[in-house]
Amino acid sequence: MQAIITVVGTDKVGIIAGVSSLLAETNVNILDISQTILRTYFTMMMLVDLESMTISLKDLKELLDQRGKELGVTIQLQHQDVFQAMHRI
Amino acid sequence: MFTQPEINETIRMIRKENLDIRTITLGINLRDCVSPGTEAANRKIYDKVCRKAERLIPVAEELELEFGIPIINKRVSVTPVSLIAEASDAESYLPFAQSLDRAAETVGIDFLGGFSALVQKGVTEGDRRLIESIPRSLTETGRVCSSVNVASTRAGINMDAIQRMGRIITQTSQIDPQGCAKLVVFSNAPEDNPFMAGAFHGVGEGDCAINVGVSGPGVIKAAIEDIRGDSFDQLAETIKQTAFKITRMGRLVAREAAARLGYNFGIVDLSLAPTPSIGDSVARILEEMGLETAGAPGSTAAVALLNDAVKKGGIMASSHVGGLSGAFLPVSEDEGMAEAVRKGSLSLAKLEAMTAVCSVGLDMVAVPGDTTAQTISAIIADEISIGVVNKKTTAVRIIPVPGKTAGEWVEFGGLLGRAPVMEVSRDSSSDFIARGGRIPAPLTSYVN
Repeated sequence: MQAIITVVGTDKVGIIAGVSSLLAETNVNILDISQTILRTYFTMMMLVDLESMTISLKDLKELLDQRGKELGVTIQLQHQDVFQAMHRI
Repeated sequence: MFTQPEINETIRMIRKENLDIRTITLGINLRDCVSPGTEAANRKIYDKVCRKAERLIPVAEELELEFGIPIINKRVSVTPVSLIAEASDAESYLPFAQSLDRAAETVGIDFLGGFSALVQKGVTEGDRRLIESIPRSLTETGRVCSSVNVASTRAGINMDAIQRMGRIITQTSQIDPQGCAKLVVFSNAPEDNPFMAGAFHGVGEGDCAINVGVSGPGVIKAAIEDIRGDSFDQLAETIKQTAFKITRMGRLVAREAAARLGYNFGIVDLSLAPTPSIGDSVARILEEMGLETAGAPGSTAAVALLNDAVKKGGIMASSHVGGLSGAFLPVSEDEGMAEAVRKGSLSLAKLEAMTAVCSVGLDMVAVPGDTTAQTISAIIADEISIGVVNKKTTAVRIIPVPGKTAGEWVEFGGLLGRAPVMEVSRDSSSDFIARGGRIPAPLTSYVN
């Protein structure tokens, strides 16, 4: 399964490192990544592959939630089909 | 890859604008449960519902986790019980309602629809027994919902059945008005409707089907906030595009749920279904369109535009569309509608006019407890006529509240919400209803 991870919050040092290290630890492969900063507002989205991840989806979402709190950002993960369905005919 | 605005739009819809899947409803055929013995029939019914719906909740929860979209209700609809129970020796069909209630509890769902009868042209003995069992069945069980189809465009209106339903609704309300919130009187009832209380699994359906109802009044309202003051052309276009996106989400969930459960995908119901939560109201969309309140002059036109644009966007998004598919205007389940009644801006007469151009009808309408059975029958007859003549579904879910008069609030709890009791005309319709018989099918029905 491929999923989209979005990270939104106030910019600070270490957001990308914080998220991507967690993904590396759980063997989630990052396929694509883009990031913008509007004033001090940080937005990142990642396309990731969950095929070989070492933990369950539920646990991954919980870990991302927890990491988000530590970094002061909101992290969400959703199946990429959701975006495909809504934005592509 | 998707663009940043696309991703942000989806996330905003879910997190801030209450976009959700309102219901995944599993339709289950019970025709193979017919038995002359009441106990045997009930055992078969309980076993089949439990077996077929066993994985409904786990699969729905799995989809919520993966797609990150809330699925509010998981429900079951069954073949109209009058058809299943008719071969049995039971005089009262209460035991059937109790078996269904137990099955619903076992599989962990809050409502199960299909304690129903289709009597648009005539009433069989099984239909009669089912209808007479409604007051006790709806007040002595917690999860079972009932519907009675009293008319169709092709058959005309069964006024005997409407007369009977006025009495049944009154009797039910005298035991517990909450029971009436689980009872719908239909014209042209759809056989694949996923929404309660009117869901049942039609006789033309396969053994099991997954039908999904989407939601999203908050998303539509937010979308048109950005085009305040623009023309109706732009308004219709914006609603259409938003409805497309909402429905695509519904279709995705419906197909996935069906595939994982191993059942057929039936339909996506395009209805805009409100809840009592702030930000999830159809009435507030009408206000955003430029009306001071729902019920103000212009409301019928506003609903007509909304309903049409939602359908046009939705039909593009899913090949299989069905159920009620239109905007719902329930009073107690929509905080904006309830507020419009409280302010005196929305009367029963204006609500009836608005239902002529959308789906459902007079829905979750509380009326004074001393409203006579004949008047309730006459209100039903009016609403049903709109459906029959316009070749569409209409329904009445009316709740006489004993001891309450117009303007007093009544609480139904949870998704059923709260609303003020609406004023009902004191003029008598008794002699009209007493005539009995059938109103012939309208000329417009002769299309062959």
